[in-house]
Amino acid sequence: MSTTATATFPTAPDPSDRALTRKCDTTGLNVCLEAERFIKFNAVCAVVFLLIGGIAAILLALTRWQTIHLLRVDWFYRVLTLHGLNMLIFWILFFEVAVLYFACTTPLNARLFSGKVAWAGFGQMLIGALMVNYIILKGQADVLMTSYLPLLAHPLFYLGIILVATGTLTGVFNFFATLYVAKRDRTYEGSMPLVTFGATSAAIIAVVTLLHGAIVMIPTFTFSMGWTPQPDAMWYRLIWWGLGHQSQQVNVCAMVAIWYLVGQLTTGAKPLNEAVCRTAFMLYVLFINIASAHHLLVDPGVGASWKIWNTSYGMYLAVLASMIHGFTVPASVELAMREKGHDKGLFGWVAALPWRNPAFSGAVLSVLIFGFIGGITGVTLGTQQINIIAHNTLRITGHFHATVVGGTTLAFMALTYYVIPLMFRRDFIWPSAARLQPWLFGLGILFVSLGMSFAGSMGVPRRIYDIDQSGAYGPAAHLMLGVIGIGAICAVIGLLLFAVLCVGTLLFGERNHGRPMADWGVAQPLTGGRVGSLAHDHWAVKGTVVLTAVFLTCFAVYYFANWKALADVWPVR
Amino acid sequence: MSLSVPARDWCKPPMGAEKLWVGLALLWCFVMSLMMPYWHFRGKQNSRGEAYSVKPMDFFQRTEKFVAANKVGERGGIPIVEPAPGGDAYLVARMWNWYPLLKLRQGETYRLHLSSLDLQHGFSLQPLNMNFQVMPGYDHVLTLTPTSKGEFTVVCNEFCGIGHDKMFGKIFVE
Repeated sequence: MSTTATATFPTAPDPSDRALTRKCDTTGLNVCLEAERFIKFNAVCAVVFLLIGGIAAILLALTRWQTIHLLRVDWFYRVLTLHGLNMLIFWILFFEVAVLYFACTTPLNARLFSGKVAWAGFGQMLIGALMVNYIILKGQADVLMTSYLPLLAHPLFYLGIILVATGTLTGVFNFFATLYVAKRDRTYEGSMPLVTFGATSAAIIAVVTLLHGAIVMIPTFTFSMGWTPQPDAMWYRLIWWGLGHQSQQVNVCAMVAIWYLVGQLTTGAKPLNEAVCRTAFMLYVLFINIASAHHLLVDPGVGASWKIWNTSYGMYLAVLASMIHGFTVPASVELAMREKGHDKGLFGWVAALPWRNPAFSGAVLSVLIFGFIGGITGVTLGTQQINIIAHNTLRITGHFHATVVGGTTLAFMALTYYVIPLMFRRDFIWPSAARLQPWLFGLGILFVSLGMSFAGSMGVPRRIYDIDQSGAYGPAAHLMLGVIGIGAICAVIGLLLFAVLCVGTLLFGERNHGRPMADWGVAQPLTGGRVGSLAHDHWAVKGTVVLTAVFLTCFAVYYFANWKALADVWPVR
Repeated sequence: MSLSVPARDWCKPPMGAEKLWVGLALLWCFVMSLMMPYWHFRGKQNSRGEAYSVKPMDFFQRTEKFVAANKVGERGGIPIVEPAPGGDAYLVARMWNWYPLLKLRQGETYRLHLSSLDLQHGFSLQPLNMNFQVMPGYDHVLTLTPTSKGEFTVVCNEFCGIGHDKMFGKIFVE
């Protein structure tokens, strides 16, 4: 196996392993059959929970659109609880376990540590998720995803969440055990690939996250059973957000790892500098968790220094990591394109990108929406003082629909366009619709996020059934709620299309055993292009330099505009 | 390639455009790191989280005393109360109203005490859009200076049950 700059894929498996692995007909990589089985189970469950969350989404958007006001008040809060848990927890965690099982096996030429452990994890997660959904729909957990004490749900709600957490931890254990055995048995030489490194960062953060979940949910469960007194409500907020926000940071690591993976699959991109990318992931592991404090910025009982230090990720070092990936991901793609000969001007390479490939377009939209909308609003709203003009308004939901939905969910959808042909070994039905799907979903979510952000800037609360009761909001706020509604219709059509494509392909898609998968289209080299030709030109990525300069300018403008808006409100301390 | 083992000598410093970007991004992070402490000392809007432990019933009694001593009117059955300039004002959050209504004077500073008798609530002053968390068992004190006149609505923006959207109060500033 070569370990030079032109590192090749691992060699064929040991013949005695033939029953336990197969050689991929498209990439030539070895696929552990046990891992493949659980990738499939987890991916299918993930899409089912995405569908539940998506149906909830359109019901909610058409209720907040005051003119339509679809649901009744009690069902609104019930469906809101369903939406939060299925989207932020179930869809994402099941998909991430699938990503972990891939990342610890195929790139390392390794076999999954234990099928029994995988069953144990999967079983806990599925039973937990079904328990939670059941008790919500029964009307005994109208507490929203955060279930803030003293609001109290039926004990099955807490027990279900605990099971999902322990099940995920079991899958994470399986991941780490696989890594250990692979290293011990030298199934690969040298450092682990970047995708696996990213997945490992996600897994490390996941352990911290899920421990917080156990610490907060177990005493709340025992309180709901009447066995222990009520935990303090501020303590609950603090620890719950150690579960709640940190789980989203797991998503960031997984999403970034997927950006690199899709970049490679669609354009042959490779990281400009592995050390920079890996350091950025390490900064995530070290600093990203403390920023959960940004949920407590206008709370009593936690002081200014605590708020400022923690919300800044310790001097913004984890934000630095995101900004680094924001450069290295497009730069790696640009370099690959220029080396293929697409070298015209600043952005000539952009036209030659494989835009018709839904994995590629999904990943690009994910990078842009996450970076420009999600990242910029997130850091700004998480500024201790600026939070005063944002907390609990729709500005917050505008931010996280850009990050978790426009960013993570869209990246996961993008990857699925390779997961199904490569793992389930069926080519997608209806490819013309597939090519459209990321745009439909991405543009829809963009409008949802923007509508929410503008409405929130006008003071419209999140998590509220009706804004007309207080008489405090005018026509502009109502317009923005309508924009959210329209964006949601577009996004949910994109989501339903995704579900139809996935399910339809699993049932009717043409099997691609024995031949490479149907090609979505990858970037083509021009004559004269050569891989590695620009390896020593450290200023080759001019387009990315311009893109990131525009990004930084937008960031600075938005950031300081918010300080100005804050300065216009009453003095308070 | 991100999917395969990297070259043996992958641990290299960044160069060129990548190095410039890391430097610029780090600089921007420093700027942002300085903004919050700067505003803490020199800016007028901060959330220090000043709070005291209090039992809900005790907070309610302090509020009733405050109302009895400073009531100047009534609207819709809820007292309108004007605290002394520079003094303490009390606002109770409960399912589903804010009690009492407050009358303040422009340019004066007040210590506004916020607490809840039951669940978590969200103090959201509109149309200014100033937002603070209100917790049972915690007396959250805001040192507040109204600098504009008018009728302001206190909306609740933390989910507190079925009547959540009907929960609103008023602050009148003259």
